[in-house]
Amino acid sequence: MAEKKSFMRVKGIRKKTGDGRGIRHRQSKHERRARYVSMFYLSPSIIGVLVFFVIPFLVVIYYSLVNNPVQGRFVGLKNFISVWNNEAFRQAGLNTLRFSFTAVPLAVIGSLFLAAVMESKIPMKSKFRTFFLSPIMVPIASVVLIWQVLFHYNGLVNELITVLGITKIDWFKSAHAQIPVVLLFLWKNLGYNMILFMAALSSVPKDLIEVAQLEGAGRHQIFFKIKLRYLSATIVFVTIMSLISSFKVFREVYLLAGDYPVSSLYMLQHYMNNTFRSLDYQKLSSAAIIMSLVIIVLFFIMYKAEDHFGRDVED
Amino acid sequence: MEETLRIERDAAHKAASRRKKRKEIGEGIRIGTGTVVLLVISVAFLIPIILTITNSFMSASEISANYGSVFATTQSGGKVFISKTVTLKFIPDMVSFAQYGSVLFRSPEYLLKFWNSVIYVVPIVLFQLFVAMLASYGFARYRGKIRGIIFFSYVILVLMPYQVTLVPNFLVSNYLGITGTRWAIWLPGIFSPFAVYLLTKFIRRIPSSVFEAAQIDGAGEWQMFSRICVPLCRSGIFSVAILLFIDFWNMVEQPLILLPDEELHPLSVFLSKINSGEISLAFAVAVIYMIPPLLLFLYGEDYLVEGITYQGGIKG
Repeated sequence: MAEKKSFMRVKGIRKKTGDGRGIRHRQSKHERRARYVSMFYLSPSIIGVLVFFVIPFLVVIYYSLVNNPVQGRFVGLKNFISVWNNEAFRQAGLNTLRFSFTAVPLAVIGSLFLAAVMESKIPMKSKFRTFFLSPIMVPIASVVLIWQVLFHYNGLVNELITVLGITKIDWFKSAHAQIPVVLLFLWKNLGYNMILFMAALSSVPKDLIEVAQLEGAGRHQIFFKIKLRYLSATIVFVTIMSLISSFKVFREVYLLAGDYPVSSLYMLQHYMNNTFRSLDYQKLSSAAIIMSLVIIVLFFIMYKAEDHFGRDVED
Repeated sequence: MEETLRIERDAAHKAASRRKKRKEIGEGIRIGTGTVVLLVISVAFLIPIILTITNSFMSASEISANYGSVFATTQSGGKVFISKTVTLKFIPDMVSFAQYGSVLFRSPEYLLKFWNSVIYVVPIVLFQLFVAMLASYGFARYRGKIRGIIFFSYVILVLMPYQVTLVPNFLVSNYLGITGTRWAIWLPGIFSPFAVYLLTKFIRRIPSSVFEAAQIDGAGEWQMFSRICVPLCRSGIFSVAILLFIDFWNMVEQPLILLPDEELHPLSVFLSKINSGEISLAFAVAVIYMIPPLLLFLYGEDYLVEGITYQGGIKG
């Protein structure tokens, strides 16, 4: 609910200045001073962001539209089309999307489950919280070693699945190479999401639940019909955060499998790294812009979805 | 008449207490299964950490006997997985500190890379916090349409993954001629808007009456910032510091692209390049690399939780 504010902030602010405008005659001197002071404090950050992110991004847009940085001849969408048709880019994009669409739903549902269990009167709650949070603090580089040992051809995981009657898999070389990475992702991210859900669950109005109990609603009804509605903003937020971290999964893949992983683990960042090496600015720029557009569209869809599902519980 | 009333009341009482008892038993079963489920998951969560720590106390020969085959490398540096037996051991045959000894005294390159990590992360965290504290005070001091748009673009920037932001970073550091130097990591890190986003959320929760009162008492702008705003945001600053620390302690993407010279790489990248000859050291290095964030966690778990909750905006 409150998260909405941050996305809606532009709107909210407009209202506030509207209020301010009414008393502008009296406060104009005050207000002008506040504006100057505010800009003064903002300036270091704004200059830094402009120099390191915004201005170069405009250059990126320019590069994506010209034939090369020196000549600067406008070529329209040619660069985009050539990146889009590039086999490696497609492979990397599909792998990244496939990973995100497996890992993110699991991360959201898994952490919601953990938070729901943690909400009941479990003993040693704070201990459990610590346990689930601790992977956040462990550097990926440190835990990758154990992951390689566990998922080795003769490792513990293969021993366990042979007990279940499945044949051994050479994890990091097979088409299933994404599975250990998804598990590593869940291991790292479930605790974080769980905290978000626990905070949201505790903010569901108590009297509403009491009324529902008096009316004879069952536990499941209360969870699915009431709590989930109140959680919708958090679900969207957790999905967005998990999506962001799923785009960062290159870290895990790189540390597990290096620069040249098996094809199912070839991620967008691998493609970018190779393009950086060949210094092909046109490709780099077009790829970056395509990705940012895809991400903005994804976020926009989720934002709209939350608007739709959560509208009647907004306060 | 009274008699029947009493009997009815008693019966109702008994039925109620039976219901209550049944409910209590149901509740007990639910809590029991919940606890068992959580216990099993916690064990799964903790095993990787515990294994890394116990393995770091094994001697070199024990490690290579156990996992020598896991970490054989090809010439190109990629890891090759040879199928020989891998034995997973929880407890070393003999506790040995030899690995730590050789990391600390005989293999200076690991300590050097560790130091690289420190030298990147500490200034980035401190200066990003400083810049962000100023900026979020600026956002809170006056809200207008323009600042709304700026803040919105900050949020979008926070959402962008490295695949997108590294291209602009790379162009600028080429233009400024700092590619391959530590500045290429420091500067984009310091100005990355993540902390601004979170701290603004913290500051907006401070009631404006606090600032108004200070203004009436004659506090100057800098005093309002340093004497009121910063102390009131202390827990927020700690939370953001922890989140920033973990993120940059884990950095992989930036050094790979902005630092061609591997000498300057942080340990987070270098650790994965350990070759088969030194595999016995790997666990000890991994544990040493875990210690700073784990200490932070032990000290500041509540701050971390608070930071995450704020990020979710549930409170803000």
